[in-house]
Amino acid sequence: MSASTDTEPMLAADGSPLKKSLGRALRRQKIRALLLIAPLLIFVFIAFILPIVSMLFRSVENDIVATTLPQTVSALQNWDAESGALPDEAVYAAFASDIKLAAKAKIHTKVGLRLNYEQSGIASLFKKTARKAKKWDIETDGPFKEKLIDVHKGWAKIETWQTLKVHSSNYTSGYFLNAVDMRKTVGGPQFQPEDKQILLTLFGRTLFMSLVIMGSCLLLGYPVAWLLANLPMRHANLLMILVLLPFWTSLLVRTSAWKVMLQQQGVINDVLVQLGLVADSARLVMINNETGTIVAMTHILLPFMILPMYSVMQTIPPSYVRAAKSLGATDWTAFWRVYFPQSVPGIGAGSILVFILAIGYYITPEIVGGTKGVFISNRIAYHILRSLNWGLAAALGTILLVAVLVLYWAYDKMVGIDNVKLGG
Amino acid sequence: MNFTKTVAATAALSMAAGAAIAGGHLANEMTIVSWGGAYSKSQLKAYHEPYSAITGVTILNDDSSSTAVAKLRAMNEAGNITWDVVDVEAGPAMQLCDEGLAMEIDPDTMLARAPNDVSAAEDFGDMLVSDCFIPQIVYSTTFGYRTDLVGDTAPTSVCAVFDTAAYPGKRSLFSVPINTMEWALLCDGVAKADIYDTLETEAGQNQALAKLDTIKDDVIWVSSGSDTPQLLADGEVIMGATYNGRLFSLIEEQKQPVAMIWDGQVMDLDGWIIPTGLSPERQARALDYIMFATDTTRLADQAKWISYGPARKSSAPLVGKHADLGIDMGPHMPTSPENLSRAFLMNYSFWADYRDDLDAKFQAWLAK
Repeated sequence: MSASTDTEPMLAADGSPLKKSLGRALRRQKIRALLLIAPLLIFVFIAFILPIVSMLFRSVENDIVATTLPQTVSALQNWDAESGALPDEAVYAAFASDIKLAAKAKIHTKVGLRLNYEQSGIASLFKKTARKAKKWDIETDGPFKEKLIDVHKGWAKIETWQTLKVHSSNYTSGYFLNAVDMRKTVGGPQFQPEDKQILLTLFGRTLFMSLVIMGSCLLLGYPVAWLLANLPMRHANLLMILVLLPFWTSLLVRTSAWKVMLQQQGVINDVLVQLGLVADSARLVMINNETGTIVAMTHILLPFMILPMYSVMQTIPPSYVRAAKSLGATDWTAFWRVYFPQSVPGIGAGSILVFILAIGYYITPEIVGGTKGVFISNRIAYHILRSLNWGLAAALGTILLVAVLVLYWAYDKMVGIDNVKLGG
Repeated sequence: MNFTKTVAATAALSMAAGAAIAGGHLANEMTIVSWGGAYSKSQLKAYHEPYSAITGVTILNDDSSSTAVAKLRAMNEAGNITWDVVDVEAGPAMQLCDEGLAMEIDPDTMLARAPNDVSAAEDFGDMLVSDCFIPQIVYSTTFGYRTDLVGDTAPTSVCAVFDTAAYPGKRSLFSVPINTMEWALLCDGVAKADIYDTLETEAGQNQALAKLDTIKDDVIWVSSGSDTPQLLADGEVIMGATYNGRLFSLIEEQKQPVAMIWDGQVMDLDGWIIPTGLSPERQARALDYIMFATDTTRLADQAKWISYGPARKSSAPLVGKHADLGIDMGPHMPTSPENLSRAFLMNYSFWADYRDDLDAKFQAWLAK
């Protein structure tokens, strides 16, 4: 090139500087690419990210008490919750006026339900009180302290007012405390009473059983994946169909099939009794407990373990093992020192996939788990559909999400996520 | 080009479909929510088909009644009510009415008079338990047992459920406190009249749970009305609780070796509510349907398909034979004099007040 390029900028065909023109072309390309994926991006944002964020937001949102009972909340500001004395008439009068308005607008049950999550009995207390309060005249019917206590003795309990005061802020950590078997009180967080502590047990059970399911999938899946990768094509294809066939069958059908297999009058028990291995009066209990959940979920999640392992094993050249053997290694050494380390990325991918799927599983434990084999996800479903405690459900969901992210991060630190191969 | 045409046609079609959905219901469509199974079939035969034949309205069925309260709440929050008429039990109807999610009904103007010109309010009588609730049937939750698995003495009392010495084997119960806690107290020696007073107290609730503790490991806890019939048919349980109509179909239609313990049957009501927040047009349609579907003849017609008692007094004499089996339906009704004498009347207002408290407590007990 001549010396002129050093002093003058290189020009494109239309006379503008080449650098600028290149930049413009690249930018145009980027915008075009972005526009092409825009529908997908918008869809993911609207249909996936927004609902999740708004659901998670419910785990701290708590404006219902302050908006439904505004006068009571401000009157309670002056009451010392730890004094051991009931609030004065001003608070009772404010409450009577609030509950009357709430009952007229039919929103009193919602706030009663909200506080009932914290102190059992408040839902019925609110309903009974509202029915009476609708007929009161706030101007003339006072004083309300005796009146309210007369309607229900719950109003003479300090705990009722403490609960009201503690949960009157617009944002709360209460749901997250509830999610780990604790509760917010005037004296700070405390553990729930013994008979209400179940969620930590469920979290522990979910983690433990997911690990067991992952382990049994690994044990059962590894030999199958090895066979798939090493058998002659003809046989491997047949085996592949056998692996995929259950994968294509409806989840509900497979779960219900396990019910038929495992129940006390079911196929397995019948065979065992026929063979004389089990007495007719002592049939094995294999369903509606942990065993049922582990067996059915291992079966259902097995393809998710086999397929990534298979795709990794396929890329391991058989010549390596042959080379190891020709250098004097025993079968076991050749497998353990040469073959196995190369299959680890597949094991990692399969295990992560199975574990993360298992931890959020809902329908299978619901059908075959009874009361002892259910997961935390069943509890979330219960709070969404039955008790309508969406705040607690959101808090439980957030904790589950964070737990999975932490495990994922730990795996990345220990094994390295780059070593995970889902295919090819 | 062929491809372009296909794309254009697909786009046009999906836009048209989108517009139809966005515009809400087509003028001549309504969504009715119910329980599914044999029960929805009885409604289809007795109400939906004749109504469609007269008015030309297409009725869409949605089997979501078991989660109706949660879904109506969600719809209300989202400001988009997609249901026109919803079938719920009396308790949830009261709850929806309290929360302002169900429309108030005036029986004099919105419900049909009886043929003998008695007003609807009088014809339904005590069944009108809430301002928003239009009663449809009386059903009961009761026990069925396997005649071949209970030994020589068939159970005659509901307390056989708690007697694991005389009747060893699994039994199935609903995983809800309603009915279950009442039976526990009844069999722990509490008099029928005192049960709800006892259940109101902390001590009474613990007493019921302590009684249930004695059989907790012998119970398969179920969540849907179809579970117990299946478990009975498989011989997985020797006795179990479910709705009497389900047991009727198990015994009479499927001819399984099962019999019923009517003793301690808990009677409950099921009926319609209309959600609030419908457009005037849809509300008028829903009211028109309710007027038609809850008149004396229609209610009696439903009993041809399922063994639930009609909620109107004037329908009772019209109850005849089963439409397919030709058997007399009278004795299979929970309201028949013999069955009624052993019944236990549920206190709806107690459960409207205490459902949330006790459900939380019961679920925690169950998960222990």
